[in-house]
Amino acid sequence: MHIVVCIKQVPDSAQIRVHPVTNTIMRQGVPAIVNPYDLFALEEALRLKDQFGGKVTMLCMGPPQAEDALKKCISFGADDAVLVTDRAFAGADTLATSYALAAAVRQISREQKVDIVFTGKQTIDGDTAQVGPGIAKRLGLQLLTYVSRIAEVDIENDRITVERRAEGGVQVLRTAMPCLITMLEGTNEMRFAPLENMIHAARYPVRKWSKEAAGIEDITKIGLKGSPTVVSKVFGPTPRAEKALMQSVEDASPRDVTLNVIQKIFTQHPTLERDILAKATV
Amino acid sequence: MSEKFDVIVVGAGPSGNAAAYTAAKAGLSVLQIERGEYPGSKNVQGAILYANALEQIIPDFREDAPLERHIIEQRMWVLDEQSFVGTHFRSDDYNKPPYNRYTIIRAQFDKWFSSKVKEAGALVICETTVDSLLMDGDQVVGVRCDRQGGEVFADVVILADGVNSTLARKAGFHGEIEAKNVALAVKEILFMPQETIEARFNVKDEEGVVIEMFGKITDGLMGTGFLYTNRDSITLGVGCMLSDFKENPNRTAPYAMLEKMKAHPSIAPLIAGGEMKEYCAHLIPEGGFYAVPKVVGNGWMIVGDSGGFVNATHREGSNLAMTTGRLAAETAIAAKTAGKGFNAKALANYKAALDESFVMKDLHKYRDMPNVFHDNSQFFTTYPELVNRAAQTMLTVDGIDKKTKEKEIFSSFRKSRTLAGLAGDAFKLWRAFR
Repeated sequence: MHIVVCIKQVPDSAQIRVHPVTNTIMRQGVPAIVNPYDLFALEEALRLKDQFGGKVTMLCMGPPQAEDALKKCISFGADDAVLVTDRAFAGADTLATSYALAAAVRQISREQKVDIVFTGKQTIDGDTAQVGPGIAKRLGLQLLTYVSRIAEVDIENDRITVERRAEGGVQVLRTAMPCLITMLEGTNEMRFAPLENMIHAARYPVRKWSKEAAGIEDITKIGLKGSPTVVSKVFGPTPRAEKALMQSVEDASPRDVTLNVIQKIFTQHPTLERDILAKATV
Repeated sequence: MSEKFDVIVVGAGPSGNAAAYTAAKAGLSVLQIERGEYPGSKNVQGAILYANALEQIIPDFREDAPLERHIIEQRMWVLDEQSFVGTHFRSDDYNKPPYNRYTIIRAQFDKWFSSKVKEAGALVICETTVDSLLMDGDQVVGVRCDRQGGEVFADVVILADGVNSTLARKAGFHGEIEAKNVALAVKEILFMPQETIEARFNVKDEEGVVIEMFGKITDGLMGTGFLYTNRDSITLGVGCMLSDFKENPNRTAPYAMLEKMKAHPSIAPLIAGGEMKEYCAHLIPEGGFYAVPKVVGNGWMIVGDSGGFVNATHREGSNLAMTTGRLAAETAIAAKTAGKGFNAKALANYKAALDESFVMKDLHKYRDMPNVFHDNSQFFTTYPELVNRAAQTMLTVDGIDKKTKEKEIFSSFRKSRTLAGLAGDAFKLWRAFR
């Protein structure tokens, strides 16, 4: 079984700082990490490899230093890593990114047929959850999003059954491979790499692909040119206006105080009482 | 099958990086093991970079190292509650490249230094803690890490694991570190616009100012404070001996000391409006010459803070760390070339090289300093107050003649210290600085 796991290197949002003067995000000194959601995808891929054998290939688009993120995945047990890196990719939005990654997956599958492509649910810096579905669409893969568990893999017949978290319940979906799975967080726990893997990863020569090597011909579809999304403005959230009101009441018991406060709230919001009563009678 | 390297370096601070870089550059196979998430994630320093020590390792470091400002002015302040008496030394000579000292932000600097180590060919692994040293009889032959299959071997293990020197202690190379030999320092990084810093400190472009302080800010404890200008932030910190914090009857917490320092009328206007974005605390080995343990043995060498290589009197540490790291690596390289094994005798040149360098020479010169200051708290309490009062008395114009003022100042000194005490203090200082 050949599995491709797509990851992104992101700034650790827990440590990110907004420059107090210019209001821009300060990336300097902020550690870059593997997008945490992607690690659930990687662990799931490694478990399938443990079970069925095969190979896990990592794929990432980003600047040269994203090599560190890929090496980290090698230390966890991935077999190969490809970094798609080219100045032409700069400024890509999710549309352009999924185009480039899809091309790279196609290229990887020329070396060895790909059965499953994994991505995380979304990234912590973009939060769009669009790249995974974008790749699936472009490659014509079956798309399984928000997967919480892989229930069954039938290699003989290229069938896969997964559980997908949906609003109000769990969907059990069965489809044909090759497919693309976006993995939900908290569904597994990343393994602790043995020392041997750490040394192997430190030494591992990550493959670096330019746009040509990734098999991209149409440069109007990548980077800034291929990105219809425009960031017109960046600003911090404005603190919400103070909504709390002080009500002074002088009743003796907590019950009277509460009734009094509720009465005052209803006086200020006339429709509220009607709505609540209407719901209460249902 | 576990691997074997020429050199294993434990820790990715300035000394560890210097050692790993030097050894790898010379073609040795090097494994560097760091317990932090990335190199620099656990490292704390003031931070001033003394160019010379790094130049000896990476001559063209100025080309791409993340440096904040080069220092053109050094101030020394002796503080009272309300005032300070001080000296400023500013020279345009410090504006002529190559610059001698820089302020740096360690998180960025260490990342850069580590990238150089990797470029030189060393393997760097993070998030891995070395639990103990592997011994073959009395020869260190490798390390054991907290990971599965965590044994890895080397001819030489260089211990750059920081002030607590855990590995050497566990291995019984030296005893517990004493509280009187380490300082506890805390610092904040306060951000403000570059123009504000340049206006407040009378500097431009990449010029920077250092203020070293002592006196009332340390609550009578042996210690000093500092203020460094970075590009668009100010680092402000204070540190005292750990034993003093412990014994201090006021029980002043380090952060409370820093808060008080920030409120000092001479310091507050310099940092006004700064937004605190980083707070760090760290131990500094300040025991000096007599606290340096045995630093070389069969298959092992100790470098940097782990060996107590800090010149507290001159606020130097990272330069000693880098130099010790480099010398240890050079010793390992020479031993490898000589091919006569890696026991204490084969590595003995490390100690000899240290003794020949400024590292041990400076530590020896100031060997009595820690004791003198430790046993004579008047240097941090009485004298700052007296000096400040004297300045105020002389400079206040109030109709009293200068002769009377002089007498008043002299008697204030006499009241606080006997003549013998004053002479004794002067002698002690002279002896310690000699």
